[in-house]
Amino acid sequence: MELYELTIHELQEKIRSGEVSASGILDSVFGRIEAVEVNVRAYITLLEEQAREEAAKADQRIKAGDINTLTGIPIALKDIFCTRGIKTTCGSHILHNFVPPYDATVVEKLREAGAVFTGKTNMDEFAMGSSTETSFFGVTRNPWDLDRIPGGSSGGSAAAVAAGECIASLGSDTGGSIRQPAALCGVVGMKPTYGRVSRFGMIAFASSLDQIGPFTKDVEDCAIMMNAIAGYDPRESTSVPTDVPDYRAFVERGIDGWNVGIPKEYFIEGIDAEVAAAVQKAIGVIEKLGGKCLPISLPHTEYCLAVYYIVAPAEASSNLARYDGVKYGFRSENGRDLLEMYKKTRSEGFGAEVKRRIMIGTYALSSGYYDAYYKKASQVRALIKRDFDDAFRQCDVILTPTSPTPAFKIGEKTDDPIKMYLSDIFTISANLAGIPGLSVPCGYTAGGLPIGLQFLAGHFAEGRLIQIAAAYEKNTGGEKRKPSL
Amino acid sequence: MEYEPVIGLEVHAQLLTNSKIFCGCSTKFGGSPNSHTCPVCLGMPGVLPVLNKMVVEYAMKMALATACGINGECSFARKNYFYPDLPKGYQISQYAYPLAEHGHVDIEVNGGRKRIGITRIHMEEDAGKLMHDEHNPASYVDLNRTGVPLIEIVSEPDMRSSEEAAAYLKRLHETLVYLDICDGNMEEGSFRCDANVSIRPKGREAFGTRTELKNMNSFRNVQRALEYEIKRQQYILDDGGAVVQETRLWDDGQGVTHSMRSKEEAHDYRYFPDPDLVPVAVNGAWIEKVKEGLPELPLEKRERFVREYQIPPYDAGVLTASRALADYYEEVVRLSGQPKIASNWVMGDVLRFLNEEKRDIRKCPVKASALAAMIGLIEKGTISGKMAKELIEEMYKSGRPPEAIIKEKGMVQITDEGALSGTIAGVIAANPEQLAQYRAGKEKLFGFFVGQVMKATQGKANPPLINELLKKMLAG
Repeated sequence: MELYELTIHELQEKIRSGEVSASGILDSVFGRIEAVEVNVRAYITLLEEQAREEAAKADQRIKAGDINTLTGIPIALKDIFCTRGIKTTCGSHILHNFVPPYDATVVEKLREAGAVFTGKTNMDEFAMGSSTETSFFGVTRNPWDLDRIPGGSSGGSAAAVAAGECIASLGSDTGGSIRQPAALCGVVGMKPTYGRVSRFGMIAFASSLDQIGPFTKDVEDCAIMMNAIAGYDPRESTSVPTDVPDYRAFVERGIDGWNVGIPKEYFIEGIDAEVAAAVQKAIGVIEKLGGKCLPISLPHTEYCLAVYYIVAPAEASSNLARYDGVKYGFRSENGRDLLEMYKKTRSEGFGAEVKRRIMIGTYALSSGYYDAYYKKASQVRALIKRDFDDAFRQCDVILTPTSPTPAFKIGEKTDDPIKMYLSDIFTISANLAGIPGLSVPCGYTAGGLPIGLQFLAGHFAEGRLIQIAAAYEKNTGGEKRKPSL
Repeated sequence: MEYEPVIGLEVHAQLLTNSKIFCGCSTKFGGSPNSHTCPVCLGMPGVLPVLNKMVVEYAMKMALATACGINGECSFARKNYFYPDLPKGYQISQYAYPLAEHGHVDIEVNGGRKRIGITRIHMEEDAGKLMHDEHNPASYVDLNRTGVPLIEIVSEPDMRSSEEAAAYLKRLHETLVYLDICDGNMEEGSFRCDANVSIRPKGREAFGTRTELKNMNSFRNVQRALEYEIKRQQYILDDGGAVVQETRLWDDGQGVTHSMRSKEEAHDYRYFPDPDLVPVAVNGAWIEKVKEGLPELPLEKRERFVREYQIPPYDAGVLTASRALADYYEEVVRLSGQPKIASNWVMGDVLRFLNEEKRDIRKCPVKASALAAMIGLIEKGTISGKMAKELIEEMYKSGRPPEAIIKEKGMVQITDEGALSGTIAGVIAANPEQLAQYRAGKEKLFGFFVGQVMKATQGKANPPLINELLKKMLAG
């Protein structure tokens, strides 16, 4: 077994026992990157030199007995998180040269925990997409099948973990952008409760939906990452000042006697047969573990996609107004006056999907349309939230497929936005309701593509997600494969 | 036809908090360009706003001072538009849920009082400034002002003349400065005013089409612009034309308004609730706490001065023009116990000196204690009123207390009866002829003797004492 194949907790043990050094781990990871990155293309920016310095410093600390939760662990960051002095592009031409003067809160927290940063990963432009195909910096490939997409928008972060190009990574999830690529790449991905992890320094897509979370190889690693990044941040007004539990403590607890809700609206026609079968099998495993699976209803589910595609573009149209060529990033040289500079900068700087959403959002907020679209969507959103409040009075967690299909072919859905949007049909509701969700691998298709199982819980009940996902992971009974790259 | 103007004003006041509304940067005016900025107010990717609580408190003060109701919950909205001085591409303001609503202020016009309604007061952030290079085709952006807190005070369309508008504006200005939440500097833009104006035939209830006036940076210009605009609209209507709803800019140099943009060109600001900020809850306890900290407002103070110090309303008005001046006056009264005399000296000499130099009362070289001491010295007869006129000028010039100057210049009145009797005896002895005439009944000559005594004492003798002694001694 190579070091790059191990989990955080396995590497931590080896670090503590003195068996491996941070530099040794990093060598293994960068060796792997050198071997497979040419095919996977998970990264926009690699930080080898800086990572080596950080690993050397980590080794000094290890020698001094100063070992933190992530000391010496190579971690990749989605290129949506601002990193001081390091180019942060958000996958866009308009920020292709942007170097932030500050670190995102999550970056500071990971650094404090001892992480070594391998690089900035590829993503759909401004996190708008479900396939990592809209990036200005090219398409990331699914490590399980290089002709397929890794999911998105955090496709680079998911693929990097799956391919062994880092030990864990951070992504962001606005409508499923962590859970869907986690499912498609066969790794664990968690979207925490809105307000649990600080968004400060994460380049905003849709502020009321955006949340940051980890990609890891197993559930215990997910708990370790959550321990490092969760918590109140006075720099964010929507950050919630509640205590953060030790998530790792939930890993061994089991789920005997739990009620697990199975929402009928999530087992619809059009869902891939192999995905449906894998999820059914998982329900059997949960029952064997002492969980009681009961049918529940989330009656407003059918409106989720419609609500999302009003709220998210509306907020995005405003959030992305700052990219105007005046202060930083790309500026078109072809403008003869201010208005033309604006128009050309934004026309040349943004890709098609981003422009589509800016236009949808601008329209939805326009005078005369606001009530019919944004206001109505906000009202329906409150109903969707209420569905979950009602459901969690009956059950401890909800179980659903993460994505209706396994990874699809590159280019398969790029010409059909609606088809692409349907890829997030099971993940969007958690963002609208602000609740946490986690995707854990639950088997493979006959063609060898990973399938993901999603658990949803009430606000700030991330511990429950870890508890059930860990119990499931340990007892799936299925084999654990690795992509053959 | 006779028309009646209908005027409503929108006032923007910069608040005097130390830091900006959504970040910790300084609000100081005049730093080198972009020196008071950080990633948050620069609108860098990924930054988030955090509300400065002091801004809410300052805004609440103005709301309470203008009898507004403060909403238990208010929230921020984004006003979206593109301009280089607006780094995020939107301004964080309040829209559907402002901090305060339904207030009023009273103004004095034509000897009477009139109540002007206040529609709402809301909080928002200021934008930056553009600087245009006159020699190169380039513009520069200074974002020091970006994020400086503002309150916008929107009036009801209750004013019916430019004089009323000016009186309302002055009342707001005075109140903001009294509350110590705005420095009121119109030239530097910390107090700005836009006006909505329309006219209608006298007696008709329906409003006419209004225009919005911008770019008036003094009280005088607001009044001039309104007067111009009212006339302009009158000419249009008298000619059978129709006023176009539009925004017009005041041109100070030419004394006219120009069309800036029409209704069709007006921005669609696409307001929506700012998802980065949570609603602000204001409870009764907080309101009470702010209320307790409110100073006495100008109108209350004016009435109290008239009542308590028995001074004319006009004097009370002058003395309460600023909180610092009123405080100064009250300190002099407290130390001297002479409200009327204190009022005369403050309004007469002190204000004249200050106005000549355009100096603020807070920087007055004559301290309240020094002025009170001087009043005491007149009272005691140590110096005469005439000497005091000379003395206060010297006090203002040098900043020294009256006693020191009196001593140095030998400005003390002769109040010693014995010494003065001797001098008077000398004067009488030197003028036997006049004495004989006086005693013969030419009483007019009394003045001659007073003059002689004053001359002999170089004006330092106490006049009442001279009179008393002289009368006695002339009588023999």
